[in-house]
Amino acid sequence: MKVGMRVLAGLAMLFAAHGTRAQESRLGIASSAPVTSIDPHYHTFTPNDSMAAHIYDRLVGRDATGKLIPGLAVSWKIRDERTWEFKLRDTKFHDGTPFVAEDVAYTLNRVPRVKNSPASYAIYTKAVISTEIVDAHTILLRTEGPWPLLATDLTYIAILPHHLGADPATEDFNSGKNAIGTGPYRFLSFKPGDRVELERNDAYWGAAPAWKNVTYRIIGNDAARTAALLAGDVGIIEFVPPNDLPSLRANKNIRLAEVVSNRSIFLWLDHAHESATPFVTGPKGEILDKNPLKDHRVRLALSLAINRAAIVEHVMENAAIPTRQYLRPGSYSYVADLPPHPYQPDRAKELLAEAGFPNGLRVTLHGPNDRYVNDAKIIQAIAQMWARIGVQTTVEAMPWNAYVARAGKQEFSIFLFGWGVGSGEGLNPLRAQIATWNPARGLGTANRGRYSNPAVDALIDRGMGTMDDDAREKIIQRAMKLAMADVPVIQLHLQKNIWATRSNLIYEPRVDEGTLAMGVRPAK
Amino acid sequence: MITWIVRRLFQSAFVVLAMTIIVFVGVHVIGNPVDILISPEADQAERARIIANFGLDQPLWRQYAYFLGGALQGDLGRSFVFNEPALKLIAQRMPATLELAVTAVLFSTIFGVPLGLYAGLKPDGFWGRTIMAGSILGFSLPSFWVGLMLIMVFAVQLGVLPSTGRGTTETLFGVPWSFLTWDGLRHMLMPALNLSLFNISLVLRLTRAGVRETLPMDYIKFARAKGLSPSRVIFVHVLKNIMIPVVTVLGLELGSTIAFAVVTESVFAWPGMGKLIIDSINVLDRPVIVAYLMMIVMLFIAINLVVDILYMILDPRVRLGGKS
Repeated sequence: MKVGMRVLAGLAMLFAAHGTRAQESRLGIASSAPVTSIDPHYHTFTPNDSMAAHIYDRLVGRDATGKLIPGLAVSWKIRDERTWEFKLRDTKFHDGTPFVAEDVAYTLNRVPRVKNSPASYAIYTKAVISTEIVDAHTILLRTEGPWPLLATDLTYIAILPHHLGADPATEDFNSGKNAIGTGPYRFLSFKPGDRVELERNDAYWGAAPAWKNVTYRIIGNDAARTAALLAGDVGIIEFVPPNDLPSLRANKNIRLAEVVSNRSIFLWLDHAHESATPFVTGPKGEILDKNPLKDHRVRLALSLAINRAAIVEHVMENAAIPTRQYLRPGSYSYVADLPPHPYQPDRAKELLAEAGFPNGLRVTLHGPNDRYVNDAKIIQAIAQMWARIGVQTTVEAMPWNAYVARAGKQEFSIFLFGWGVGSGEGLNPLRAQIATWNPARGLGTANRGRYSNPAVDALIDRGMGTMDDDAREKIIQRAMKLAMADVPVIQLHLQKNIWATRSNLIYEPRVDEGTLAMGVRPAK
Repeated sequence: MITWIVRRLFQSAFVVLAMTIIVFVGVHVIGNPVDILISPEADQAERARIIANFGLDQPLWRQYAYFLGGALQGDLGRSFVFNEPALKLIAQRMPATLELAVTAVLFSTIFGVPLGLYAGLKPDGFWGRTIMAGSILGFSLPSFWVGLMLIMVFAVQLGVLPSTGRGTTETLFGVPWSFLTWDGLRHMLMPALNLSLFNISLVLRLTRAGVRETLPMDYIKFARAKGLSPSRVIFVHVLKNIMIPVVTVLGLELGSTIAFAVVTESVFAWPGMGKLIIDSINVLDRPVIVAYLMMIVMLFIAINLVVDILYMILDPRVRLGGKS
């Protein structure tokens, strides 16, 4: 027995000796969702954008708070309503070829041509109808009409060298052959579903990152990701599940980095059906002759009956803040005097009675159960709160892949959704969510409740035609205030983005959800 | 025998065909992959373009006809998500799953047979009872929980094993394998153990039952009466005779371990086929789902075929019975 124990101890030491051979200047990152391609123009997907930010640069970059900063363009200006001038940086690609204006033209031409893209980046380049190379480091981009969001759109477009030739294949990026950028890291290898290995680009034009080697691992399972951090196998993990927060906060080996995001969670309301909406009936299940959700008082009552502070504290473990708009406080075009709806169940009851439903309603609340943080728990909590004002609520949560198609076909009456404002300004949610559904003009694309308000539509159009940032901000704010006063959706909260690192590391939390090796520094 | 095999192959082809129809219709009913993959900011025109690009605007029977035409030429379609041939994606992930499953089955033999033998020989002893009680845990504990506990103990608390991932790989025959490196083996230990836990219990119980059944038999008594040493009686006369059911079950378990290593793979972030299929189901990546399930069906058919043929070779009674 004694010998056995000694052998065991010896084995343990052997294992341990290998396990703790920590190399200096190597960082392990655990990402929550798989990188699907190293081709930066293949699939618009947050993990892909995070990965691309290491290898490639965009003309316009973003700082951690989402503010636009110079990237491969050192400066840009609006020459006239339809012409933007970009002054380019003097730098080199990883293979040593200098970066020139032709690369920008080449990239903008390539983006819409990527074969079999399941979600094309062309949505960010389609405003540009022509390019004009002035000299090696100056380029003009022309748009069909005024397009104030051009610089914002270009924060998604990674610049490739034009010597890759016509239509480089997506596979050749994954193998590394075409994975040539100007970014702070060079591509070493990609094992799909497992990891990406990166090495520092010592010729990078910007601040040198702290880590020579980066392993970007994909650990989709929340508990496994937390365990990998606790075991010290990785230095930083993203999307820390809120349920782990209390124990991680108490752990002195772990440091948390959190920031309020531009991703809001809200309930869509059915504005599409004039007559009865499928999942709202009278208190005894009787079919109604018209859709009560078209009545402003009913929408307001449902919103006032929700105790957002309780949801944030008990369901979200404080990993969210209550909201009534899509943007985080402090963003460009955030509306300061549009606070979250207060919790007023008595007022909600009065409003329901005024609207002709003194005995309440019976509704089914739909939501996904695998998409947003604690999504199913949120709708369960809301169901209980609505019961208190006489709205008997049945909850139906289902997997996202079955849910999203039905939501898009207006099959639900009240249903949970989220919207991340990638652009960080208000025209994005107004155009996609609030504007009247209009395929011809590409408006209201994510307007699943089919809300329509001509006065708001007119303001959105005015905003789109206004190139001056200050004037546009005021128009957006007016439109958002006008829209939200009408309760087109019931806004609940803005999620926080949360990272956890080992306590010897510090991460600068990013509003855009990006997990970047460049943002991780050793703690002093 | 040849006609029998040909008949089996025809049956199998029909099973595969039926499976493709079920998956095609099933995925179609669940939802539209474009809704999941597309950028939320894309407009309606972009959505229509992608639907047309994937051929999802065609009626289902025509999509299926296209698929069958391609499949007959060995092309099972390209993944919507990765833009790579579905078969290539599966082949890329297969070695990781294979080595994990084979190791797990090895573990179940290495641990299951001796423990079962011991429990069968000393059914009323303290250790015999302990082993049997322990095997109930192996059956009943959910493997994701056991996996997490293993990680918590060996990776987080003791820090002797890496928590997740596949570790360093070494290329053999152009394929990366973990079992060829020390680091890879250390990464494989916990997931393989987790995956084998159920099989260890299964093999253990099979072996024990076999031993209990064989011991009172006349030929064992005779062997003892002949004065053979106890070890020779146990290892030659008992063990050899109870191995046939154990080998059969292990063969079939290898199949299901390969096909359904999903839970272990996701807890240990093991980049195998199980994770691929789960991710693919979540985004309704139909070409990958169809190709994977076709492959699994064929795997089971092949294993069953081999087992049946082996039976005929191993057991003369089956062979003779087939002829008469």
